[in-house]
Amino acid sequence: MILAKVVGTVVTTMSHPHYNNQKLLVVQPLVLGGDRADGDFIAIDKAQAGVGDTVLINREGNGARQVLNNPDACIISVIVGIVDMVNLTC
Amino acid sequence: MLFGRVHGTAVCTIKYSGTESLRLLIVQPLNKALEPVGRLQVAVDVVEAGVGDLCVMVRSREAALAMPDETFVPIDLALVGIVDELIVRPHGDFDYTLKPGVTRFS
Repeated sequence: MILAKVVGTVVTTMSHPHYNNQKLLVVQPLVLGGDRADGDFIAIDKAQAGVGDTVLINREGNGARQVLNNPDACIISVIVGIVDMVNLTC
Repeated sequence: MLFGRVHGTAVCTIKYSGTESLRLLIVQPLNKALEPVGRLQVAVDVVEAGVGDLCVMVRSREAALAMPDETFVPIDLALVGIVDELIVRPHGDFDYTLKPGVTRFS
């Protein structure tokens, strides 16, 4: 899983059935100091996250299918938590 | 999942069995600022996207799972949504760096 910041929202009326009434958010992964922040992507929100939240994202299909309770879901990235605090000791 | 802009179509008469009925579109992966990322690729369309549409795409095994009928096919990029509205905050609005020590986010 990775830490990321929610930076935007996506609305799609025409979409695959598995994406019906799912909230799509644009997320930007957090990086250590000095690295360039890129590699943004889209994730399904299952934790009521909003723009500006720092979230925990599962980027593996099996995890997404378990969270969505659908063994055939064509979804990879799912927001599974909203982060309150990070303690980085390195 | 990621953004993609449809640039054209591709037609293959001889294809792997199970993929005969699939529509192939030429797409350019994009980032949140809709700037091209990487090179053009071929994606299977399941939402009737046309040239110029901004779409949501999915990669790897999940692209094959998005197929309408046969889902055990060699497909690794599928268009799963057509974007109608996209609201993205400017890149500089947030700090994306993880700092040593305790950081509280809420």
